[in-house]
Parts: sequence; C-alpha cells; structure tokens
Amino acid sequence: MQISMIINGQEKAFNVEPDEYLSDTLRSAGYKSIKRGCDKSSCGACTVLLEGKPILSCSYLSFRANGKKVTTLEGEREEAIKLGSLIIKEGGDQCGFCTPSLILTTIALKRENANPTEEDIKHYTNGNLCRCTGYVAQLNGIKKYLGVE
Amino acid sequence: MAVNERIDKQDGLRIVTGSPIYTDDIASPDALVVKIMHSEHHYARIKKIDTQEALKMPGVACILTYKDIAAKPITRAGQTYPEPSPQDWKILDEYVRFKGDDVAIVAADTQRHAVEAMAKIEVEYEVLEPVLDFMEAEGNKAVVHQEEDCFAHFDFGFRPKENVAGSLKVNIGDYEKGLKESDVVITREYRTQATHPAMMEPLTAYTYLDHVGRLVVVASTQVPFHVRRQVATALNIPMHKVRVIKPRIGGGFGCKQTSGAEFYPSLVTLKTGRPAKIYFSRNEVFLAATRRHPFWFELTVGATKDGIIKCFDMKARSDAGAYGEHCWTVLEAGAEKCMALYNKVEGYRYDGKALYTNRVSSGAFRGYGKTQNTFAVECIVNELAEILNIDPVELRNRNIIREGEVLRIGHDHIYDAAVMRQDSCKLDYCLKRGAEMSNWKNSESGKTSSNKAEGTGLALSIQGSGIINLDSGGATLKLNSDGFFTLLIGSADMGTGCDTILAQMAADALEVPYESIVVNSADTDVSPYDDGSYASSTTYVTGTAVVKAAADMIKRLKEEVAKLWKLDLEEISYREGVFTGADNEIDLNHLSYELNSEQISVTRSHKCAKEAPPYKSGFAKVEVDLETGKIKVNEFNAVVDCGTPINPNLATVQTQGGVLQGIGMALFEEINYSQSGDELNDSFMTYKLPCKKEAPKINVEFADSYEPSGPFGAKSIGEVVINAAAPAVIHAIYKATGIWFRELPVTPEKMFKALKLKSNQE
Ligand code: FES
Ligand code: FES
Repeated sequence: MQISMIINGQEKAFNVEPDEYLSDTLRSAGYKSIKRGCDKSSCGACTVLLEGKPILSCSYLSFRANGKKVTTLEGEREEAIKLGSLIIKEGGDQCGFCTPSLILTTIALKRENANPTEEDIKHYTNGNLCRCTGYVAQLNGIKKYLGVE
Repeated sequence: MAVNERIDKQDGLRIVTGSPIYTDDIASPDALVVKIMHSEHHYARIKKIDTQEALKMPGVACILTYKDIAAKPITRAGQTYPEPSPQDWKILDEYVRFKGDDVAIVAADTQRHAVEAMAKIEVEYEVLEPVLDFMEAEGNKAVVHQEEDCFAHFDFGFRPKENVAGSLKVNIGDYEKGLKESDVVITREYRTQATHPAMMEPLTAYTYLDHVGRLVVVASTQVPFHVRRQVATALNIPMHKVRVIKPRIGGGFGCKQTSGAEFYPSLVTLKTGRPAKIYFSRNEVFLAATRRHPFWFELTVGATKDGIIKCFDMKARSDAGAYGEHCWTVLEAGAEKCMALYNKVEGYRYDGKALYTNRVSSGAFRGYGKTQNTFAVECIVNELAEILNIDPVELRNRNIIREGEVLRIGHDHIYDAAVMRQDSCKLDYCLKRGAEMSNWKNSESGKTSSNKAEGTGLALSIQGSGIINLDSGGATLKLNSDGFFTLLIGSADMGTGCDTILAQMAADALEVPYESIVVNSADTDVSPYDDGSYASSTTYVTGTAVVKAAADMIKRLKEEVAKLWKLDLEEISYREGVFTGADNEIDLNHLSYELNSEQISVTRSHKCAKEAPPYKSGFAKVEVDLETGKIKVNEFNAVVDCGTPINPNLATVQTQGGVLQGIGMALFEEINYSQSGDELNDSFMTYKLPCKKEAPKINVEFADSYEPSGPFGAKSIGEVVINAAAPAVIHAIYKATGIWFRELPVTPEKMFKALKLKSNQE
C-alpha cells in the first residue's frame, strides 16, 4: 500500500506491505541510525519520534504512520552531537549500538520536560537497554546535557 | 602524553550520530537475505527433507540441506589453531542436536520471500531421546555425538561416546598435607546458570565476491583471522580465497568469538555468486548463539583456626551443550587462578569435566570460566570466615597473593618462577581501599527497619592478560605523506575502545600527537596476524606489539635520515617528531616527502610470555525487602589493579559495565525451561537484563600499579571486572538476612521462599 510520511521535515512516499514494521521501512530507506536489537519492543534500539514522541519502530506498523511526522536521529544531528559529545567525554559510547536511540529518547525528554530530575531521566530512558556501559557514564552525560545536578 | 589520558573514543562521533557503521548498515541492499531453518526437536535424525516446493517459491535463490554439501567437522570456536575444542560441528548435518540447530539454509531476495519459502520445506524427523541435564550426561545412553568423524586435535579428554567433551585434572602442591594441617574443613555445592552475553547487536555477516572472485566476509566478529581459517576449512576452499573484514561491532562479550553467522552467507555467495547477508533475530540469538557454561561445583576448603587457608579441592562439571566450543579451555581458565589468589596453601586439586547435552552450545562469555569458579571460591571463603569468626577482609589479608610472590597455577610445572612472579599485584591495596570506600567497618548489616535489611559483601577476582605462549598480536606502522602514521591491527574493537587505546600507545611510543595516528582494524588482507580480541589480551599483547613496532619505526627512520645526511646512525637523535644531526634537523612531515620513493613500514608481533593478571576487589551494598524478597544493589565499589589504565575513562566504563553484568548474573539473568525442556525465556521480554533503574551507583578506582612486562605498565581489564560481582552480592545478601545462597540467580521468588523457610524454622 502507498503511504507517505514527513521524515525529518521532508515528505516521502513509500510502498509498504500491510504487515510491515516501521523499522524495516525506514532502514531500507537508508535511515540506519535505527538499530534492531530485539524486534520485540524490549530494548529501545529502534526508537524514532512520531509526532515528537518516542515510539518503538520495530513493533509499529508502517501504515499507521501514514501522514505523520517521523523523526530519526539523522534529523537531529546538531542535538546528537551536543549530547553525544558529553556522553563521549564520559567514555559512555562503548559499542554504541544502543547510543543513537538513547540520544533520540533524551532529546524527546528535553522537549517534554524542561526540568527533569535524575529519577525522571532514569524513568524516561529505562527502556533503552545497554549491555556495555553499566549506564553510569551515559547518565552522567545526559545529566550534563539537561543541566541536572 | 596520550597514555593515561581520558581521550575520546575515535569512533565516538560516528556512533552518537547514528551513522551507518555496523555490518548490517553497510551491507549492499542487493544482498540475498539468508535465513536458517531451525530444528524443532532436541535431538533427531533428518529422515527426509524435501525442498521441491520451497524452491518454486518466488524470490528464492537457493536452498541448502545436508545433502547438498559434504561438510567436514570443524569447531566454530575462534581459537588459535590447532584449537583446543572438539571438531564436532558441520555447517549442515543429518543429525540435529538441539532445538534450534540448523536444518536448512534458505536464501531469497527478501526476508519475506525467505520466510515464505522456508514454510514450504518438508522435513521428516526420526526423533531421538535427548539428554538435557548435564549432571546425567556422562555415560547416558543418549549419545550426542555418535558420528565417527568428530575428533580432537590433541588429547584433552574428548570422549564423545560417553558425552564427555573435555576433561581436566590439576594437582598442585600437597593437598593431603594441607588437609591434615587444617582445623576446619568445609565442603559446599555451588551452581551457576546459563546466561546470555546479550550483546545488543545480534550475530550478523555479509558476504560477496570481489573483482577477482575471492570471497569477502564482512562480519561482526572478535576474531577475523580465525573466521578466515574456519570459513575456508568448512567450505573447503583455499584460505587465500577468503578475506575477512570487521567493521564496527555492536558488542561481543565472547559470543562473537564463536563463528555463529559467517558460514551461512558465505556458502550462499559461493553457490550463487551473489552477495548475501544474515542478521539473526533476537529470538535466533537466544535459540542458537552460544551462552555462558552452566557449572556445578563441589568445593572443599581447609584452614587453621587462626585463618590460614591450607587447601582447596574442587570438582567441577559444566554443560557444554551440543557442540564443544570453548568447553575445555573454559574448564582450564576456571581451574587456573581463582583458588591461586590464596597462594599460601599446601595444595590445590581440581577435577573438571565438560559434558555434552542436547542444549544450545555454551561458549565464550566475558570471564570465561573464571566467573563461575570465582563465584564458588569467593563464596566458600566468605562462608569460612563466618565459621572461623574472622572478618572476611582480615581473613583475606592473611592469605592473599602479594606483589613479588609467585602465582601458583596449573602451569607451574612448565614455566619457571620468573614467568609466574607477580611483579605488579596490588590486590592487598584493592581490598583495603574497597573496604574504605564501602565503609566496611561501620556498614549496617541486618534488619534496618520493619521490612528492610541491609548488608555489605565482598569478593576478589583475578583474570589473565593473555594466554602464555599462545596469544599473539601484531601491529604494522606505516609512515605516510605529511608525516602521519597508519596503525594496522588485527584485533577487534567490539566497543571497548581498543582502537583508541592502541593509538594512544602508538602516539606516545612514536612521540607524536595522538591525532597523527590513523587506525585500521581489521582486514585480513591488510592487518598483521592477530589472534583477535579475547582472553583479555588486546591491551597487553597487541599493545606490546604496537610499542615494539613504534620502536622499530623510529630506528628505521633514523637509518633513512642517516642515509640522507650521509652520517652514522649514532649521530642521529629523535625527539617528538624531529630528527636531529650535528647541524641538521628534519621533521616527520618533511621526511615523509623526502622518502616518497621509499615506503617505510614496520610490523612487529608479540607473543604473551608472562603471567601478568589484573586483580580486583568488589564490594556490594544490598537492600532486601523482607516482605517481597526483592533485592536491590544500592552501591557497588570496585577497585581494580590493571596496571596503568591506558585510558581511565574507558577503563572505568568497562568496569561499570562488567560489574552490572555480574549483578545481572547474581540477581536476574537465567534461562528457564519448561517441563519438556524447552527454553521459556527466549526474548528480551522474558530474559531479564538489568535496566537503568536497577543499576546501582558503581564507583570505580584504580590501584597505583605498574606491570613492567606490559606496554606502558598496562595489564588487562575487560574480564576481571565481572568476576567478583556475583559472590559479593551473595555475601551482602547473607549479611543482610543470614541466608547463604549457593545457586544463581537469587530472584525475589527464591529470596522470598528462603525468608519464609527461615522464619518458620525460628
Ligand atoms: S528492536 Fe525495537 S525495541 Fe528492540
Ligand atoms: S554501548 Fe553497547 S549496548 Fe550500549
């Protein structure tokens, strides 16, 4: 079926199967910041923003995004570098497979909640699993980015 | 100086912007999609397999079954040849030996086409009686490997007819004497479970033929050179026809030290001439990738009443699963050092066996046997302290190995004391400092409110920094125009940052800015031979190769400068990128243009020659909810002796990651089985990994340590950091509740039941 989405500000048309997931549609269109770690909405690696809110694209059917605004990390380069550099400074970019989705989720958090606490951050990003870092360095980077003491 | 600096990881910016850097990101969109048809039975013989209908399905490029290939047995374990693992695995076989084993390989234009075609394959099985419990495997009438052609390169106790995949006995010193001198002797049983490496990027590989028809394998692997050999052997093509390239890896933790994905697209590309790729779903990773060996231990320790540990005796049994990758070396690694932390004993005895079952293969996983053995040893030492009524920190103080002393392990009959002498060992400091950080002396223990109890526990750990006389790493340095250097290495950065730290070492050894080093890793056509990244060896072994290569490079360049200026070599000096003669000076930039017609490059290798293990202490603070059994680690303090930390940031984060994996093993992670023996939790929905909310504050400090045999004084860090976590947590639970757990993981359910039982008994 024919659908269109506004991806990172640009309208694009796609021909998708009725049972196709958004992560597959977008990855084949070249948005490789979206990773696939579990295909079962459990790891967060496939996060994209739909109308500004994080969703798990591995379990979101593509046709449902018809006419909607989708943001991938490719569309947030500036913020990604800002937050990313802080995570890098902490050594929190290990294998990096989980990092793009964590960054995108944090960007959404920033827009949703101007003054989050550390607990808010943990809660909001709890679904972004990481097997390498033990989370401490990631959290330190995020706290600096959001100005949380 | 770059070494010991908190330098940013080289690939950081590409990582955080989500750039296409991993195998599946860079695979050609035209690549055929390869899928594996997995066995539905624990153990069966394929009586009939019919692919006629499947082949007629749209988009199908090829379907392969055991009938299509005359496979030779190999091992998928990424180890130095001749591998100390049984040669017991074939790409496709008439027998399937675990639920999830390979039945057929399907390649099609798209995933959809492949899955639809697979549904049309008809298989008739002769279902065989499986053996699922490793404690019942030895001598069982269900024999996992009945085939005649499996073999071992040398004798490590491989007795397939009895389901013994490997065995090991170690006897050091005089155990009987130690036993006689002991006032207190205790024996305990311990069990550790199968856990998943759960690296975030699943197994994946992408293959194509290059312009001269060679097979190029792009793979997320820790061991590019071993993959080259294994693919060539398994596919029966000469090794020079295979090139392996490793892009960024999304984590490995040992799981990618076994070639789990590479063979399938390789086979398809050779058959069809077309590019092919495979990307395991998470479910398939659970189904078919290797995991940590489950262990059973029976451990005896003897000590005098004033707390001198006199002897250890350990019986160990492990579940190898259906194929014996890494099973014997995991035994060996486990047998080796954990008991030897207490090197004042009269004698150690170890008797270990790895047993075949009809389960998914076990394999390498961070810590590699030492994690499991450390759990048993550190738990029993804590129990001993309790029985002797000696503070566990003090008990260790009286017994642990110290700097200058000799590490007594299974190899002491082969190597002399100089090889085993611990020139850097700050374990006593790690213990002392960890106790301070955790406020050991005054820490709360026991009930703190009506429904909460708290406790602090500790454990020590040790690992290797490479396998003596076996692990080798290589480094090539090349001087380029403009005076920058290319550093070619064959180790595999799986996220640890080894590309970065090796560049730091190269920069310092060459006395140039860090930015002047460009790293290329790894490509078997280009990189010098390296065993790959495992056995904690990259920093220590490949790092030494880098330092040697840099020294050679400076020497070679001095020779060129001497020629240029017609001077003797001795008249040339070098400092920070500038060569100086009596009245001349030239920097690397200008020299590189002078030398344009002469490419200067040097390659050096290093073979591990010294036992230079890292050490660590771990202190866990836990809180137990007495009403629900919920256990929370509130704080973990780790003090690590890894020699010089080459990059303190990266070393800290590796420690934190390792500790959290250890906590996962202690409290959450485990495969559960149904009555019929099927795995119940085969996804991230059901297999519990620690999330942010469960992650404690993990404080990390490093001992001021310097290993003379290591590059810039460095030792390893990657594995030692996981080992002490689980026993420290178990100890803390005991301190909180008075209950010893001897089986992992301690779930809230088990805690709750134990609390109930205890209150009933009181
Ligand atoms: S891949 Fe979507 S949540 Fe894991
Ligand atoms: S950095 Fe590897 S999974 Fe998070």
